[in-house]
Amino acid sequence: MSALLIGIAQRDLRIAFQQKSELVQPLMFLLMVVTLFPLGVSPSPDTLQRIGPGVIWIAAILSSLLGLERLFRDDFNDGSLEQYTLSGVPLSAIAAVKVLVHWLVSFVPLLILSPLLALFLNLTLPMYIALLLTLLVGTPLLSLIGAIAVALTIGLQRGGVLLALLLIPVFIPLLIFATSAVDSAALQLPYYPQLAIIGAMLLLALALAPFAIAYSLKVSQN
Amino acid sequence: MSGLRASGLTCIKRDRVLFEALSFSLKPGELLYLRGPNGAGKTSLLRIVTGLSSADEGEIYYQGTPIRTSNTYAKSLIYLGHKTALNSALSAIENLHYWAAQHQVAVATSDIYHVLEINGLVGLEDIPVRFLSAGQQRRVALSRLWLKKAPVWILDEPFTALDIDGVAWLERKFSAHVKEGGMLMTTSHQPLSALAGDHTTLDLEYRF
Repeated sequence: MSALLIGIAQRDLRIAFQQKSELVQPLMFLLMVVTLFPLGVSPSPDTLQRIGPGVIWIAAILSSLLGLERLFRDDFNDGSLEQYTLSGVPLSAIAAVKVLVHWLVSFVPLLILSPLLALFLNLTLPMYIALLLTLLVGTPLLSLIGAIAVALTIGLQRGGVLLALLLIPVFIPLLIFATSAVDSAALQLPYYPQLAIIGAMLLLALALAPFAIAYSLKVSQN
Repeated sequence: MSGLRASGLTCIKRDRVLFEALSFSLKPGELLYLRGPNGAGKTSLLRIVTGLSSADEGEIYYQGTPIRTSNTYAKSLIYLGHKTALNSALSAIENLHYWAAQHQVAVATSDIYHVLEINGLVGLEDIPVRFLSAGQQRRVALSRLWLKKAPVWILDEPFTALDIDGVAWLERKFSAHVKEGGMLMTTSHQPLSALAGDHTTLDLEYRF
């Protein structure tokens, strides 16, 4: 247990704390993309409210791609991954803890920032609550699925663009259900079905992704 | 049967056979020194012996069980590869502390300070390792040999970047480990000196 808590979780938090700029940059990117829309599309409150949920979600997906490689890149390059593999702790458990820490340091700040984004795009309170719920359930899914793709492409040089090409199509269903939930909230309709579908995707990913990540890491190292 | 045994190993990389039907054994108290030109497959062989990669044919046994199914092998093994496995943003102390936790070795911080001290890294314990020289980073990586009590050591080019004193110091550690009944498999481009004690040599040839 201490292997996972201290050896992985505490270590990754410490590294994240040492490399704050790598965490702040995707957030600033997100903030800027969202600010561009009122300037570029239209500053009219109605338009912003209509495109708002989609803009926030697209920006969140794009900015997550920027920080995703951090998950295994350094560990692969400096050889730490070899040491994890030989530590006797199941690689899938290590992967799960690493993904959890990644979510904590890269998406929780986004959740904290989200009221500001909602304000920029003139979202109403029910819309904001729906947006927050979809982010809460949807962003762990981004981390989990993203980690599989990172593990697969880690051995390739310049895997960054490939990562985006692999992942963006996979995130389409998430985007559709998340924005549709917020749209329903805007019309005062129930949005639990959409949330439930995202939740189901998250549970499936939670159950399977750690094994897929572990397998991909092994293949990448072979 | 105690110790490590490889039987019928074959490794093929990019349509080139690195080695074929290679068998050897490593008993407690033995040092196996792997020799061969660049590209002969030394690193590939060591990675197969640790279980990081799998051989195209053949199997590695540790105390009679294949290492894929053995649950004691990870506990009994220290592998140090070309890469030092040190995160450049963390200090030597933090790197070793987290490594020990991952490998479920209980060590106090004072022990790590002591090990770094005897390895000539006094005063460098808590600065990020990216500020250390290559030789000092190698010494931090090698400090793991003092922290985890494991009978099997597999070291890939452990002398890289070490100065003359460092090489002698490491060779003495080798001979102490072997005398205590440890098993050691290593590669190096410079011949081992008398300090390392007796050793058997395994030659790999470059094949076309």
